[in-house]
Amino acid sequence: MNREFYGKLIFELSKPGRRGFHVADNRLPEVDGAIPANLQREQPLQLPEVDEPTVVRHYTNMSNNNFGVDTGFYPLGSCTMKYNPKINEEVSSHHAFRNLHPDTPEMAVQGALKMYYELQRALSEIGGMAEFTLNPYAGAHGELTGLMVIRAYHAGRGDDARVKVIVPDSAHGTNPASAAVAGLDIVEVKSRPDGTVDVDDLRPLLDGTVAAVMMTNPNTLGIFEKNIPEIAKLVHDAGALLYYDGANLNPMLGVARPGDMGFDVMHINLHKTFSTPHGGGGPGAGPVGVRAGLEQYLPYPKVVKNADGTYSLVTDGESLGKISSHLGNFGVEMRALAYILSLGKENIGNVGPLATLGANYIKESLKDKYLLPIEGVCKHEFVFDGLIDKSTGVTTLNIAKRLLDYGYHAPTIYFPLLFHESLMIEPTETESVDTLDDFIEVMRKIADEAATDPEMVKSAPHNTPVSRPDDTEAALHPVVKYE
Amino acid sequence: MKTYYSPSHEYIKVDGNIGYIGISDYAQHALGNVVYVDMPEVGDDIEAGEDFGAIESVKAASDLIAPVSGAVIEINEHLIDNPRLVNEDAMTNWIIKVELTNPSELDDLMDEEAYKELCEKEKH
Amino acid sequence: MSHRYLPHTQADIDRMLRRCGVSRIEDLYSDVPEQLLFKGEYDIPSEMSERQVREFFNTLGDANRQLVCFAGNGFYDHDTPAAVSYVISRSEFLTAYTPYQPEISQGTLQYIFEYQTMMCRLTGMDVSNASMYDGTTATAEAMMMSVAHARKRNRVLVSATMRQGVTDVVATYARYHGVTVDIIPEKDGVTDADALAGMLAEGNVAGVIVAQRNRYGIIEDYTGFSEKCKGAKALFIMNCVASDLAVLKTPAEWGADVAVGDAQSLGIPLSYGGPYLGFMCCTNALIRKLPGRIVGKTVDNDGRRVFVLTLQAREQHIRREKATSNICSNQGLMALFVTVYMSLAGAEGLREINRQGEKGAHYLARQLTSTGKTTLTFPDKPFLNEFCITTTAPASEIITKALEQGILAGVALDEHRMTIAVTELQSKEDMDRLTEIVKAL
Repeated sequence: MNREFYGKLIFELSKPGRRGFHVADNRLPEVDGAIPANLQREQPLQLPEVDEPTVVRHYTNMSNNNFGVDTGFYPLGSCTMKYNPKINEEVSSHHAFRNLHPDTPEMAVQGALKMYYELQRALSEIGGMAEFTLNPYAGAHGELTGLMVIRAYHAGRGDDARVKVIVPDSAHGTNPASAAVAGLDIVEVKSRPDGTVDVDDLRPLLDGTVAAVMMTNPNTLGIFEKNIPEIAKLVHDAGALLYYDGANLNPMLGVARPGDMGFDVMHINLHKTFSTPHGGGGPGAGPVGVRAGLEQYLPYPKVVKNADGTYSLVTDGESLGKISSHLGNFGVEMRALAYILSLGKENIGNVGPLATLGANYIKESLKDKYLLPIEGVCKHEFVFDGLIDKSTGVTTLNIAKRLLDYGYHAPTIYFPLLFHESLMIEPTETESVDTLDDFIEVMRKIADEAATDPEMVKSAPHNTPVSRPDDTEAALHPVVKYE
Repeated sequence: MKTYYSPSHEYIKVDGNIGYIGISDYAQHALGNVVYVDMPEVGDDIEAGEDFGAIESVKAASDLIAPVSGAVIEINEHLIDNPRLVNEDAMTNWIIKVELTNPSELDDLMDEEAYKELCEKEKH
Repeated sequence: MSHRYLPHTQADIDRMLRRCGVSRIEDLYSDVPEQLLFKGEYDIPSEMSERQVREFFNTLGDANRQLVCFAGNGFYDHDTPAAVSYVISRSEFLTAYTPYQPEISQGTLQYIFEYQTMMCRLTGMDVSNASMYDGTTATAEAMMMSVAHARKRNRVLVSATMRQGVTDVVATYARYHGVTVDIIPEKDGVTDADALAGMLAEGNVAGVIVAQRNRYGIIEDYTGFSEKCKGAKALFIMNCVASDLAVLKTPAEWGADVAVGDAQSLGIPLSYGGPYLGFMCCTNALIRKLPGRIVGKTVDNDGRRVFVLTLQAREQHIRREKATSNICSNQGLMALFVTVYMSLAGAEGLREINRQGEKGAHYLARQLTSTGKTTLTFPDKPFLNEFCITTTAPASEIITKALEQGILAGVALDEHRMTIAVTELQSKEDMDRLTEIVKAL
């Protein structure tokens, strides 16, 4: 690899006259003056002029500076970075779906509509919900959509006083942000030391102004909210709805369903639990499920199965509205269905328990070196509060960066905010015990290095393609394009 | 000039009915390297308890909450090009200068000593 | 528990359980109340082999018809160079997480920087974010951005000539976000500038949203709009079709504060509605109000040029309940898609693709009107590769008849009006076949 040459930006490889793509001429008459001069572009467009081999080498070399699930293990808490099966990729680029225009009449897209319907049904079964919409594009978009469902429900009952959402202080940061975008006020409920919601703190907050309570179960410390039946009852008695943040659904696969726990509305991140690739930050998918009685509020269009076995697109009069171009990130949805079919009912129930086993295995193997603030079993993830021995000044950030040197992605750091040195680890069920053993060995080695050579750990990473960037300079004088 | 502090870590130095509002040294330290200060325009009215701008560091963004009500008569233009002045000396590098409309609001703020106590508490 | 995605042998599981100090995996769930435990199997299909999964999707695919596509309405049937599909399928890009660890994410960060640069050049704007979900949600985000920028004003005007799909999504976001959306009426197929002036004069307007290529395919003339918006302190937001910008006056040249739209037209397969790619660009003055991620250039400890996520403090994960956007994951890989596409095509290629579509659309429009069965709905208005016809027979009948011949004729706007789009992919023969179908009605 020629890093000096290909480490350039694509603009720096440009040479006038080079082309990477040609289109055939349709041999139709030229059109002159169709667009008046004052509607035409004035500034000439400057794009790179490069040939195909240069483009392919440029991006291939760039990819070598990237870490992915196929490169190595991501112990990234709350992100569920599981293996992305290759058959998913193959089916998602199937030519019979690739060229379908979203405005194609229903009769010509029956296969696509069936795909949507089948995934919608499978997610409903797994979530214990009556129906899902697959239209939201990402987890955060799903949260927003779910909260809109809740607002549409209250509005449908003529109850306009419900303007608040209660969110635990251990919640994912997107929860309050989604609530704000949905026009709701956020009330934080303090959690107990293990991050679970204190029923006694919650009770007085529940009045006629509360639209919903958002919860993650297990929570961001990997602890199951065992009071959830009681919480659900309190929330429902107060006339509010209970929202399930599906970011941590993975450990519950095959174990317990949000619908059975008393949740009314939920979202799922297909790029977490259902193995679709993260893509360096999307495209994702954030399907939203609702219990019976709320289906009519889901966004349109919806896919329904008719009595004769055909499928149609419908718009419900009580729908909260439209939230996407069509039916969401369809190609991502295809991957999730392929994953569900590949596992089937026989295997999908093992996903949650094996993810949980892996997390507990790491936790038990490292708790003599790293500070475990919450004893006991965790679910798919857990949090260390940095090293036990803090005398060397080695921080969670230092440990995270040192892990990069050993070929691992960093865990989630400084989240949740309940501890100063949070180091949140989630292995997922697709990591073998051999990988976990190696990771454990590396983590122990770093703990030892922190004692013997703290400066080396503090100045990590040392072996990555680049060293630590100057974030302050980037924010102080933003340069956000090449000039 | 007497200095008062708000629970959200803004200070106001008062000279007659003129006040200089900034963030405390404790606050600049907690924020880290300041990279941007979002300030109101001269002539804007600010209201006690309401945000009048925001301050950003690399790791956090925080609203600036008005400790008192008043009208903005000047903004610290040095902060546009050099927001790090806040880190260098937060107490000298005020953010906005205001004309107070209700000086009695000062009674609801903390003095130096009370504020010190608050900071001590927040450290734990 | 053996499955191709699950590497655990029974011996592995036993060893792990011993370390955890429990005898059965179920013991790790002892804190879950008994009545919540799910017993038995989900009512979903049985496990399939890889071959069975492939066959399942083949069967589904057989139930979709492969059509010659003259439908547009915001999404266009363009060719995708093989090298684009190849690059985005590289697992180093595909299976990567969000680039929060810049030391091992320079690949992702650099392509986002290249993407931002290209989008700035295409739109003429100063700043681009790292992408949005699609053109509809990007427009809704621009609506919320204008309201956040205006602080107290919360009324946004949207032109009646905006594509319905965009207006619908903006209206949904607005309803829940507490923003009033008023529609600027249309006159002869374009935004009524006089009506806009009147609505601005009523006050309380935070933003004005118009479409460069409108719902009829017309390229609108926005002379004077920017000044009108500035006079009312409202942000001027222009929704564009990305590929058009290679030839059309840019949003920056129109004086827009924010440019948004869908970049699907840059070779992204139609894929029955997604994944597509929303883009959002703005002026320097608005950089800190721009939602979503932004990548910036800086140096590392060794003085090398590197890229990082920057201005992150604006992001909701830090500034929680004051958020005016909740977007985190966007369409990262699709930003790489269009970056590679634009690299291969270059400005010349994009112009050429536009020229083929324009030639085709103007030819087809002439042929269709020559049948006497349709007329151009707005004959005096300029269009590029999409146009609106008024039909004597119901539009739905044309679409049904054409479907029988393997052609998707266009998109019906109402009973007797439909839009038709042409790209570099439809041949003269396809257009002549469609003309024959219309003639035979």
